Amino acid sequence: MHPDTFTIAGREYGSRLLVGTGKYKDLDETGEAIRASGAEIVTVAIRRSNIGQDPSEPNLLDVVPPSEYTILPNTAGCFTAKDAVRTCRLARELLDGHSLVKLEVLGDEKTLYPDITATLEAAEQLVADDFQVMVYTNDDPIVARRLEEIGCVSVMPLAAPIGSGLGIQNKYNILSIIENANVPVLVDAGVGTASDAAIAMELGCDGVLMNSAIAGARNPVLMASAMRKAIEAGREAYLAGRIPRKRYASTSSPLDGTFF
Amino acid sequence: MIEIIVNGEPRQFGEGITAAELVEELDLAGKRLAMEVNEELLPRSEFPGYRLSPGDQVEIVVAIGGG
Repeated sequence: MHPDTFTIAGREYGSRLLVGTGKYKDLDETGEAIRASGAEIVTVAIRRSNIGQDPSEPNLLDVVPPSEYTILPNTAGCFTAKDAVRTCRLARELLDGHSLVKLEVLGDEKTLYPDITATLEAAEQLVADDFQVMVYTNDDPIVARRLEEIGCVSVMPLAAPIGSGLGIQNKYNILSIIENANVPVLVDAGVGTASDAAIAMELGCDGVLMNSAIAGARNPVLMASAMRKAIEAGREAYLAGRIPRKRYASTSSPLDGTFF
Repeated sequence: MIEIIVNGEPRQFGEGITAAELVEELDLAGKRLAMEVNEELLPRSEFPGYRLSPGDQVEIVVAIGGG
């Protein structure tokens, strides 16, 4: 069997689990969890530098060096297209011209649902500015198609609200998005535990991006390992092809040759 | 002296200070960072020749943990 890789923006990856770097206790735990997850693409946020801090203090990119990981800067916290585009430009400069970004433009603080009109506007500007855009969106198949038409390299519908851990709330919409898409579809946000990740992969998602489910677990490193296995198990189950659901039983042992 | 707003805080610097000198003065030299002046990206290659003006709004950002 040839290796089951997937490609984003022309680059091949072996791991279909993408992880965030937020909410960890410290940088040691961040690094350990990311190694346990096997992830090759790692998201980071862009924020004001702490002026006056000890310059020798360790930096996130020492723990996840861009030489070993594909760094995916996000626009988390942006509520306008303008701020999202500014953030991406700063991120590209910070990462020496690396143009892969995760676009999210949020609608409100309570739901952290994407503001779709602002997301479309920002996506258009970023694609025109030669960014490779992986875009966080809701689970609307029409919006997903529109984002693909704009030129996003990956469409990433939410499973449930960011950080909610509710799991996939609308499997049929995720399925419709996958069926329509010609770019990788990743579930981004809402995963709570390993089975949620497996379900996403069994539906046929190309990958899953998560942060809180790992970082917020009682044992983040162990959960990272569980997620790695769940992604692999779900992917293999998808490729293997599940049996159809039936209402009634069908025997596993033959009925012929019984002696009673 | 001139006043420049760095990451939201007003600070005093010598007249004619360049972006590169600003980074030095803030003890950020050698760090992986990016800078905006008045909401426009300032590429690192332009730091040495770019003179800041009074009232400029400078943002200096880094990568931190996030999902």
